[in-house]
Amino acid sequence: MTLAYYPGCSMHGTSREYEESLLAVAAALELGLTEIADWSCCGASSAHAADHLLGVALPARNLALAEAQGADEVLAPCAACYNRLSGAVHAVAEEPGMAAKVPEVLGRAFANSVRVLSIVELLQGLAPVIEERVAARLEPNPLEHLNIAAYWGCLLVRPAAITGFDDAERPTGMDDVISACSANPVSWNMAVECCGGAFSVSRTSSVLRLSRAIIEDARHCGADAILAACPLCHANLDFRQSAMSLRGEPPMPVLYITQLVGLALGLPMAALGFERHFVDTQPLFARLAREAEKAAAAAAERDAAKAARAAAKAGAS
Amino acid sequence: MARCYQCGKCSAGCPMGAEMALPPHDIMRLTIANDRERLFNDDSLWLCLTCETCSARCPNDVDPARVIDALRELAAGEGAEHAPRNIRAFHESFLEQIRSTGRLSEVGLIMQYKLRSGALLQDVAVAPAMLRRGKLPLRPQRIAGVGEVKALMAACERERGARAAPAAGGAAAPGAGATGGHHNGEDAR
Ligand code: SF4
Ligand code: SF4
Repeated sequence: MTLAYYPGCSMHGTSREYEESLLAVAAALELGLTEIADWSCCGASSAHAADHLLGVALPARNLALAEAQGADEVLAPCAACYNRLSGAVHAVAEEPGMAAKVPEVLGRAFANSVRVLSIVELLQGLAPVIEERVAARLEPNPLEHLNIAAYWGCLLVRPAAITGFDDAERPTGMDDVISACSANPVSWNMAVECCGGAFSVSRTSSVLRLSRAIIEDARHCGADAILAACPLCHANLDFRQSAMSLRGEPPMPVLYITQLVGLALGLPMAALGFERHFVDTQPLFARLAREAEKAAAAAAERDAAKAARAAAKAGAS
Repeated sequence: MARCYQCGKCSAGCPMGAEMALPPHDIMRLTIANDRERLFNDDSLWLCLTCETCSARCPNDVDPARVIDALRELAAGEGAEHAPRNIRAFHESFLEQIRSTGRLSEVGLIMQYKLRSGALLQDVAVAPAMLRRGKLPLRPQRIAGVGEVKALMAACERERGARAAPAAGGAAAPGAGATGGHHNGEDAR
């Protein structure tokens, strides 16, 4: 089985840390990702709003390239790209005439034979491996003290006919990954609400309203941070956060799912791109490290006390 | 689509409902009533984020998100003067970027968008912070297959023209356009 990798435009620009952490995790887990050579933009939210066929053909070109490369699966870590690529697979399979029309406008052979994989499906499948690696680590584990809200947004769960790998209203895959990393998934209300997506630039006011509600609910439900799997969501929640009024509350760090897994695998912070975030993640990690040390010290104390009691008992008898 | 019984559930969960003069259940009603006038003389269609919440929650399996996408296509064909300038500028700049390099350069997108929308000063203050974080590669990535992408886009445009031509002759109702032909969301399900 060969796994092709479709980066999409954001991974090479505003969400560089997503790609950095993905590649670091892929290397650590020996996933063997092969980037699709000469891939092009999937059209994101603009192509389908202008023309349905264009919204299918742009992503389909990349699927055709992956096929020609001999891949049977394509990983699309950007949720928007995942949605467009999956949507193209679905449209070509289901809509009358599409299977003939698409190769025609592409000027390429296209058999619609590759499966599109989201980052959540990939990591969820690897959860046992991640768990094993986490258990094998010796030093105190700060992630055990992290309460984090899994934010899915729209594009990983809707429309269900296209995505469909998890429940559309109460998906659990990201929580499985959080648990495998030994962190604690938070139960909250906004996991599948919209952050304002593509209006980040063209109607920022809507994005601020929607994204702020997400951040406030996460905080209200006890989250220290939000987990994202989409460059658009990350930009809206992280980059746009400084423009929101947070009513005096401290900023809320937003981590990429691959950054969390990287931390769980013990990869160095520097390899995971945290310095590229707008909301500083250092105060959170410093606090988690202190809590981990405190917990480790308390555990050591308990162990010492237990040993002392055992020794006293042995001496008395 | 005719199955819509106006329960309003789509509008209840719509993130943009509060900003739309015509939230999704109204759009559905006007589409069924074929009230092109009201649908196209309002910016509500353009405020839809295609978040798909409405379609996911409709108890009757109606697909408002898909209907709105189809209506936007139709409206654009009739001269989309009611699309808010910023949103239209964004989409146009986006597609122009793909046409010229095959990929999206975020810097190129923002520059073009600024020119088209007139929002010249929007977000300029954040550019240095983006650059410092290595998030704005200044050189666009032009792919080898850019000609292929351009041809693909032209082919789609021709198809669109061919579809629009017969429709322009007949009395193409928005309802008929939204549910007929290749982009029938209900067929797709
Ligand atoms: S489209 Fe569906 S959810 Fe919306 S009003 Fe009609 S039946 Fe209700
Ligand atoms: S797809 Fe559009 S109309 Fe439907 S809920 Fe989302 S923003 Fe509202």
